[in-house]
Amino acid sequence: MLANLINGISLGSVYAIIALGYTMVYGIAKMLNFAHGDVIMVGGYVAFCSISYLGWPPILAVLASVVVCTILGIVIEGLAYKPLRNATSLAVLITAIGVSYFLQNAALLIWTSNTKVFPNVFANLPAIQLGGTQIAPVTVITVLANIVIMIALTLFTSRTKMGKAMRAVSEDKGAATLMGINVNRTISMTFAIGSGLAAIAGVLLCSAYPTLMPTTGAMPGIKAFTAAVFGGIGSIPGAMLGGVLLGVIEIFGKAYVSTQLSDAIVFAVLIIVLLVKPTGLLGHKIREKV
Amino acid sequence: MKKKLVTLVLAATMGVGLMAGCTDATADVPATTGTSDGSEGTADAGTTDAGSTDAGTTDAGSTDAGAEEQPSTGGKLTGTLNLGMIGPLTGGAAIYGNAVKNGEQIAVDEINAISSDFQIAYNPQDDEHDAEKSVNAYNNLKDWNVQVIAGTVTTTPCVAVSAEANADGVFMLTPSASSPDVVNGKDNMFQVCFTDPNQGLASAQYIVDNSMATKVAIIYNNSDAYSTGIYQTFNSKAGELGLEVVSTTTFTDDTANDFSVQLGEAQSAGADLIFLPIYYQPASLILQQANNMGYTPKFFGVDGMDGILTMEGFDTTLAEGVILLTPFSADATDDLTKNFVSKYNSNYGETPNQFAADGYDCPYAIYRALEYYADKNGDLDVTGKGADEICKILISVFTDPNFSYDGVTGSDMVWTKNGEVNKAPKAVVIKDGVYVGL
Repeated sequence: MLANLINGISLGSVYAIIALGYTMVYGIAKMLNFAHGDVIMVGGYVAFCSISYLGWPPILAVLASVVVCTILGIVIEGLAYKPLRNATSLAVLITAIGVSYFLQNAALLIWTSNTKVFPNVFANLPAIQLGGTQIAPVTVITVLANIVIMIALTLFTSRTKMGKAMRAVSEDKGAATLMGINVNRTISMTFAIGSGLAAIAGVLLCSAYPTLMPTTGAMPGIKAFTAAVFGGIGSIPGAMLGGVLLGVIEIFGKAYVSTQLSDAIVFAVLIIVLLVKPTGLLGHKIREKV
Repeated sequence: MKKKLVTLVLAATMGVGLMAGCTDATADVPATTGTSDGSEGTADAGTTDAGSTDAGTTDAGSTDAGAEEQPSTGGKLTGTLNLGMIGPLTGGAAIYGNAVKNGEQIAVDEINAISSDFQIAYNPQDDEHDAEKSVNAYNNLKDWNVQVIAGTVTTTPCVAVSAEANADGVFMLTPSASSPDVVNGKDNMFQVCFTDPNQGLASAQYIVDNSMATKVAIIYNNSDAYSTGIYQTFNSKAGELGLEVVSTTTFTDDTANDFSVQLGEAQSAGADLIFLPIYYQPASLILQQANNMGYTPKFFGVDGMDGILTMEGFDTTLAEGVILLTPFSADATDDLTKNFVSKYNSNYGETPNQFAADGYDCPYAIYRALEYYADKNGDLDVTGKGADEICKILISVFTDPNFSYDGVTGSDMVWTKNGEVNKAPKAVVIKDGVYVGL
């Protein structure tokens, strides 16, 4: 029971950290960045190369990965999404899927399809013993990282000038422009932060489940998107809650119902939650004024 | 009027013959071609005596002739054969596709070096382990006038492609697609590897024979036909042999990250051996997570486990003691294996795995079969021959009980009418990061 709970939280915290990036971009740019999972994969590869080929210490590798992903995020936004600023949301969604495939195939060319095993960056940290079960250091760090990022993001969007600008853009792009906010720059900034978070998520994902392939980010990306919807997409604490709950439900479903049905259970719970609360657990109800 | 009727009847019989294509070729082709071509063959054999050297190698390859073996006509195999290959050269399963391609390439080069009379034009195509892309690759090969396909590498695409090839009458010999679905109901489809049921049976038998465990746990991928197929036969055979299966858990391609529940269940059920009929990639995560849990049962895998040691960055100490059932072990000391391993090493800079070995055997088995046919039925020039014609010839030879092939993945390989291969399995254990034969 306790072991399963810990395993669930450890899986869920990985979903949560990816979901934070999803929800951040959705909350402000009002678009589903399906390429988020693949930015995570790129982050994983950059960290892998820095550690395995260049011999950099893990901290430096994480920094390198954050820098590369932030730049990548800005470039993707500028090249793929900015020209579509006034297009329908469906066009942007399809573009995001295109970017996702582009990143996967680019990674295939650069790093080939051979699976790489991510080095254990937390090897020298001790595991925590709790009631006969071990908590892996990566779990502790992922949970801590989640909390820190969640608080930082909440403070950033509510206290800083840039954060306020982001919220304004999220509410009404036209009005924000009239108030003198540079909408394009604000959205680019959002992507920069989202992609930087993706890099951290990539390192943590690959530390927890150390196989690295060009498709590594795809499935966790989808699950994290589910988690973000579960928690209420656009809500930062919601992403965290949704992610952790999703992980716990998945593990409990496997352990107590059936390993064959774990995904079916996860999505059944999602459907029920969305039926009862269409905006997700912590989602805000948006009143449409007519 | 009468003339018209005759032409109609003739056209109808031809039509039926065409439609029958590969389907009933097994029954009547050897007999008919044997009689008509045979006489021609003997006449030709007299004039071209050079063929006897090649015929000699054929006989060496297909020993243990039965009582009713056809006499040799000394016929010679000539021409250029368009040999296609389909497999995942990129994507998640690329390690298999590239190994097969490299193995086949070595065999093709060797065959081409034997004599300039018979050459193989080799054309490998990528399918990314995707059924749809595999059929596209097959269509590319058809545009290239492919005559025989040494593929496809993985099971799911192979099921799709073999259905197409069956309809078109193209002979396929897969190195490694091991599901019975690949060959079932398709007379043009043959395997070099064991079928999944055979792997499951042999694994259970091996575990019991060597009394390796009393309580067994199984973790398999239930979204994968390969994994499920092996699991089913293993499970029923284990029941038959009195091997206790204490825990059976599954995962899918989408949940192949976290195995804490599956391992936890196996551990609490007291399993001392975990049977992993899965590919090496999830297996590497299972080994890692079991190690993190401090759980150290024996791990027993099948041919999908092959490749785990070549994963970049993989800590091979995790795989220490993992046993896998495979028909090929690179440290075998017979000449055939030594030659193949050293060539593979010098060409590609790594030790060949089982997929490479299966790949190596494919062109050779096809080559030997064509030689065998020429030897029995007289000269055979493959240049420009239709794929369906070659298909009939190869089916007749592969289902001939007197035809057997000695390769690196087993000696005395014979094929059933259904297309499955019979050969003896070997087990290898991972010791200090390399495979060691048991």
